[in-house]
Amino acid sequence: MGDLKRTPLHGTHRRLGARMVNFAGWDMPVEYSSVLEEHRRVRQAVGLFDVSHMGKIEIRGPGAVDLVQNVTCNDAFRLSVGQIQYSALTYPEGTFVDDVTVHRLAEDHFLLVVNAANTDKDYQWISQENKFSARVENRSSAYAQFALQGPLAQAVLQKLAEWDLSQMKYYRFVRTGVKGLPTLVSRTGYTGEDGFEIYLEPAAAEALWMTLLEVGRSDEILPVGLGARNTLRLEAKMALYGNDIDHTTTVLEADLGWIVKFDKGSFIGRDALWKQQREGPARRLVGFEMVERGIAREHYPVTLGGSVVGEVTSGSYAPSLGKNIGLTYLPVKWNAVGTEFFVTIRNKPVKARVVPTPFYKRRKT
Amino acid sequence: MYPEDLLYSEEHEWISIQDHTGTIGITDYAQSELGDVVFVELPHVGDKLQAKEPFGSVESVKAVSEVYSPVSGEIVEVNDKLADKPEMINDDPYGNGWMVKVRLSDPAELEELFSAQEYEEYLAAKPEE
Repeated sequence: MGDLKRTPLHGTHRRLGARMVNFAGWDMPVEYSSVLEEHRRVRQAVGLFDVSHMGKIEIRGPGAVDLVQNVTCNDAFRLSVGQIQYSALTYPEGTFVDDVTVHRLAEDHFLLVVNAANTDKDYQWISQENKFSARVENRSSAYAQFALQGPLAQAVLQKLAEWDLSQMKYYRFVRTGVKGLPTLVSRTGYTGEDGFEIYLEPAAAEALWMTLLEVGRSDEILPVGLGARNTLRLEAKMALYGNDIDHTTTVLEADLGWIVKFDKGSFIGRDALWKQQREGPARRLVGFEMVERGIAREHYPVTLGGSVVGEVTSGSYAPSLGKNIGLTYLPVKWNAVGTEFFVTIRNKPVKARVVPTPFYKRRKT
Repeated sequence: MYPEDLLYSEEHEWISIQDHTGTIGITDYAQSELGDVVFVELPHVGDKLQAKEPFGSVESVKAVSEVYSPVSGEIVEVNDKLADKPEMINDDPYGNGWMVKVRLSDPAELEELFSAQEYEEYLAAKPEE
């Protein structure tokens, strides 16, 4: 355990009594009090997450936009300064190097926020594909990163932020003082709720974390660990790299066709994705709920018509629904909503059914 | 935390004995390690249990944990309320969170189990994970 990486808030988590786990080589809080209570708080009030383990790769210089355009499948030309885009780094096969958010910090300056486990791989991949003389830097240790999520997130953050957050749209960011500290605040998240992510210098992380918990107390804020982060994102059907998507699954199979912009010109993976788009993918990621009693978990086999057709990629009890849900790739001829199949749980076939996704959708105010 | 009148297993189950029937559940330590219990799978009345063999499972949001029988015998009652209220295992592990009642086939097996004090010593000697 001695060589696990630590975020700037590691000591804070220990003092708050968090149960820590190894996540992608990082010693991270999985829960502080109760996964169920933390989950509920984010849906009903507000929760604070330490997501400093996420990787940050900066790309800058006159060739920056061309490099981003070439390594990602979404259209970086459409991004204005201050805007964010969900996208993917793709291999020539149209499969995932990673899924990422692309922030346009300036005309010729981009910030890619990537999965912790993939940071080094992504950095090497982008550097290797850098035929545009852009400057590519792994700046992961330069930032602490929080996520403040839930219907009361804006109210809590507004107590400290100089910017009028009510004027801030989804998938936008601003540079603003928060409690007098220079930060980058984006309206993004991984929970299916409204919320923000806050980037700041690591040295100031603990002070701002404790201040947010303090000013959020009247709004019933709780610190939230990776356990609830997973159930929240699964209910919103947000893909998790390593579970639902990886180097063997294409962006189209993952049901993320909306981030593939064929009209933007060439990019790595375009030919393979275009071919798959025309022919139609043979399988697609679908959401399901258990019909019979049982919790589907990752890697449990999925059978249909007596033969194994895949495995569960994510599965859990869904606290907001009171159901057991999951994701799996099903052959397209059998993936219509209502299709019944079986998940093998401890050697027993247990019935499940394809349902519409996202499983959970927040009420817009 | 570890009532004196119960016996305990290395796998963190408890058993209380009345006549030749044992009531079985998981210990406070086990429920705390597991976190919020959201699903419980139990055997049926009439099923036979073998000492040190799994007879059911308890699942938290994050993990699946098998439950081992401290003794051999036949199930005479199952706590059906856990199907709808699995959180009783967290809230009241030695009371409403009981799992099954078993008619013992070999009461001598009880001698291999821990007393409360022995169980606490066993926990104290466990290396930190």
